Formats: sequence, structure tokens, C-alpha cells
Amino acid sequence: MTIRIAVLAKQVPDPEIPPSQFNIDESAKSIIPPNGVPPVVNGFDLNAVEGALQLRDSGAEVEISIISVGAEFVMDVMKKTLAMGADRLILVDDHNLDKIDAAATVKILSAAINKDGPFDLIIGGRQASDWDQAHVIIGLAEALKLPLVSLVQKLQINEYGLSLHRVVPDGYQVINSKMPAVLTITNELGEPRYPNLRGIMQASKKIPDVLSLADLGLSAEDLVPKLELSKLYVPESNRQVEIVNGDDDADSGKKLALRMREEKLI
Amino acid sequence: MTSVLLIGECDQNGEITQATLQAITAAMGLDDPRITAVFPGRPPELAKRLPIDSIVIASEVTDSDDGIFEQATADISSLLLAKKPDVILLSKSDLGSIVGARLAFRADIAFVPDCLEISNSKGQLTVIRPVYGGSALAEFIVPSYPAVVTLRPGSYYPADEDGAPSIDSIEFQNVEPSALVVDTVAEVREGIRLEEAKVVVSGGRGLGGPEPFSVLENIADELGGAVGASRAACDAGWIDHSHQVGLTGKSVSPDVYIAVGISGASQHMAGCSSSRAIVAINTDPDSNIFREARFGVVGDWENVLPSFLDAVRELKA
Repeated sequence: MTIRIAVLAKQVPDPEIPPSQFNIDESAKSIIPPNGVPPVVNGFDLNAVEGALQLRDSGAEVEISIISVGAEFVMDVMKKTLAMGADRLILVDDHNLDKIDAAATVKILSAAINKDGPFDLIIGGRQASDWDQAHVIIGLAEALKLPLVSLVQKLQINEYGLSLHRVVPDGYQVINSKMPAVLTITNELGEPRYPNLRGIMQASKKIPDVLSLADLGLSAEDLVPKLELSKLYVPESNRQVEIVNGDDDADSGKKLALRMREEKLI
Repeated sequence: MTSVLLIGECDQNGEITQATLQAITAAMGLDDPRITAVFPGRPPELAKRLPIDSIVIASEVTDSDDGIFEQATADISSLLLAKKPDVILLSKSDLGSIVGARLAFRADIAFVPDCLEISNSKGQLTVIRPVYGGSALAEFIVPSYPAVVTLRPGSYYPADEDGAPSIDSIEFQNVEPSALVVDTVAEVREGIRLEEAKVVVSGGRGLGGPEPFSVLENIADELGGAVGASRAACDAGWIDHSHQVGLTGKSVSPDVYIAVGISGASQHMAGCSSSRAIVAINTDPDSNIFREARFGVVGDWENVLPSFLDAVRELKA
């Protein structure tokens, strides 16, 4: 029996943008992407793709569908998930969708999942590196009335459904969960694999399913936000660094220890 | 008047968490607050002395330790219906993050996680939270009550007054769990807990491999501290994830945080920026870590650290 997995993946600005190049348009309340830096698939969502692929590697027969909601998708970026080994890519693409809140995202995702479902597993990254909210997937579990296990670092199929390792502050829990279930995946699962040449070739031939809000039976009125973003700004840093300069690196190291002692830091 | 339902938590020793006491301070800052607290499971004895109006005690304690907080979510959902609070406050803990989101989506109300500030003095609820890994702050207005808010630990001082809340008993229904914790594996830990260390020596991508962490360990041992790491170093497998400091790792606030070969991405700084002093060693003079540091050395850690360690030993002798 094929296990149908939906992996939720979000296109985000590259979180590796150095802070010196991170700029905000305060009047538009949005970030100004630096020139020439393409967006990326949210790193934690790639951990989720990796988790799905690990289930396949363990011998389970799985079909992996990537589902993403957004605006202005860069196809080469989103197709990385296919190149890694996912089977299908479903993009809900609408120019109105760059300003929606989590509640609206949950509505769209649950409509997309109901249209294409049922799925046995719905997984995604623990949080997205742009808004760091970490609650779209939790909301989705509520909307679909499915069990939710967050911060999963290992997943396997067992006789109960799923055997999961969930990260907690001082270790991890081993959890048996029913299936279908909704999971959030954390980076402890392991680095996402690099696409190989064969994967890249196959991905280039695949055509994503692009859906509009209307295709999902939704309209802008369904997506009224519950929150209003009133300001977006870069906080000021008032720290002044004292650079310790010695004759060479070794001398700097020694002088650093002396300065820290003078300031009673050590 | 603002009615607040506060979800309190206890640590493994049964003590009320600092984050819970901080949330009480945040609640006390709202407009004419009426604060009711509930502790999933059984409330600690000390809760009866908190400076709040009332605490809710389950007439029969439900088993809230299902690991994925289904029972806690169900209990507090039923309280929402009974109490109709304006604001539901939680700390951004494991429980708070999950229960907060589940409550909000179950009741179809607003949810704002990980906030640094909450106020409603101007008639509308306003919150501020970090976004883009802490590179920016976002201020949100929540147009209508009720709203669920989680607070980042450390954003407020813990409440330290005493009070005499009234006690309110309520009956909760047990829910059938959909998942069960069958085992809990504690991470192997040697030496001082990272979160409690007065000195943290952290390494990042700039170390280039796992071996240099032994140098960091020597320095940490000498200073009575613990070793931390950036996510990049953990993901590369150079050191276990239990050492990860940052937005998705541990939050530390030692007296001294020594960052070696760490660029200082905001996601990392989110876990260490409340340190009393940050000391940075990095070859790139433009890296962000120098903007956050009190002392810096622009140089190669391979040459800086041995003489630093020698000097520390001499100073101690």
C-alpha cells in the first residue's frame, strides 16, 4: 500500500543574507531582497522532504507531494524538492498571497489537501525562517482534526502507525502515533540530501500543478487576516565593540585575556 | 477592564517557571487586568500566593502528560468557553507554543507567538515580536478580542509580590489520546548545564571541523564554563545538537559568551544576545558578531586561542 505524504514547503528570502544587506521598506512593511540573491525553500521544510525520503529509503512505498502557498514562485527554487526525490509539486500561486496571515494560509492548505487527499502523513518544517511563527502546521492539524506531533527528529512506520522521536528540552521522547497524522520536522533529523544529476534531470521534465484560489473554491473574502501588521523595522544595536589588537594573532589572544580580566569578566 | 487567562507551568522540580512569573508581570501591565491562572495538571501549592485574582483547579486532575498536549489543549479550550477571557497568555515554551496555537485555531481566534511586548493601553491590543530570525521587529495590532499570545522568556521581569487569589474548581473531560509517549530518553550531559553556565565558549562554521571543539572544551574547563555551537556546526555533525545555541536551539545568558568562528547571524544571536558580554574571535572584520560584541579579536582562532588559554592559566595561577 502506498503511503501518501504531503510535504508543506515555503519559499522564503535567503536567511543567510548578511545583516549588513538586510533592509526593510518601512512604508511597504516588507523586506527589500538584496539584488541577485534568489529566494530559497525554507531550510526546515527541506529537512521535512529529507524525512519523507528517508521513509522511502527504509523500504516503504511512498508518494511525496510538495504543497506550497505563495506568490512569485521561482520555479528553479521550488523544483529543488523534486530534484531531491519528491514526486509532485503543487503550487497555490496568487499575487494576493504574499500578505496573508497564518489563519488564511491554513485555510488554503487545508483546501489544497482536501482537494488532493487523502494523505497518510502531512509534514513540514518546524518553522519558516522568515516569520518564525511555527504555527501554520499546528493550525492545519486542528483544521483537519488530525493528531499533531511537533519537533520530530526521526520517523519510522511501525505497527501502531508511526514511531517518532520528538525533541524536548533535555533529550527526546519516543512516541507512537496513529496515522494519518501531522508532523513538524526539526533540523536534528539530518541535513537534506543534495539533488543528484539524475534527480535534477527528472525534475526539469516535471510540470508543477499550479492552482489559483478559485481552483480551491476560495476567494479573498475567505482570507481576511486576524492580525494587522502595523510596523516592521530593524532594531538599533547600541553595543560598541573594543577590538583587541596585538602584534600578531597570538599576542592578541594574550591581550584579550588581560582585558577580560581587567573588566572582571574572567 | 482586560480579563486575562494565564497558562502557568512548573519545571521538573515542581517550581513555577520564571517564564510564568514573567507572563504575570506582562499581564499586570495590561489595562485594569483581571488575571486567572490555570496550571495544566495540578497547580503547585505556591500558585495560591501569586499576585493574581484567581486560579482554576481541576476538581479531578486529567492526565495532561500525553507528550503532545492534547489533554491540556482540551482542558483549556473548555475554560475559554467558560471564562471568555480577552487575552490568553502563555510562555513560549514547548507546551505554550503548541497549546497556544491549537487553542487559537480551535476557537478561530488570533494567535501571536513569541512576543517581546504586549500592551493595550491605547484601547487596542498591540504586540511586538522578532521576525526574520531577529533581524527585524514586527508590531501587530489585534483588532478584536480574544487573542492568544505567547511571550518570549526573558522579555519581562518575574513577578515577585504575593497575592491571595480566589480558588475556582472546574471539571475537565478526559480525551482519548491519539499518540502516546512510550519512552523518554535524556541526553547524555557532562559537566555544567549549558543554560546555567556563567561562561559559554561557542564554535561555528569558522572552526572548519570537529577537532577544534576540544580546544574550546579546554578553555571552557579552565573558565568553569560549557561549550556551545552554532546550528551550522551542529548540522555539519561536528558536535551534538544538544550544544546548539540560537533561535531553534538553547537560549543562554552567561556572564561571558565567547564566540569563535561564528558570523553572528541573527538566528544565532537570538540565543545569546542577553549574555552580559560577548567576546568574538573571527577572521572577518565585517562579520555581524563584531556589532554585538563587547571585545573582539580579528584573527585566526588557531593562533589566538592557545595564547589566550595560556594567559588565562597564568592569570589564575
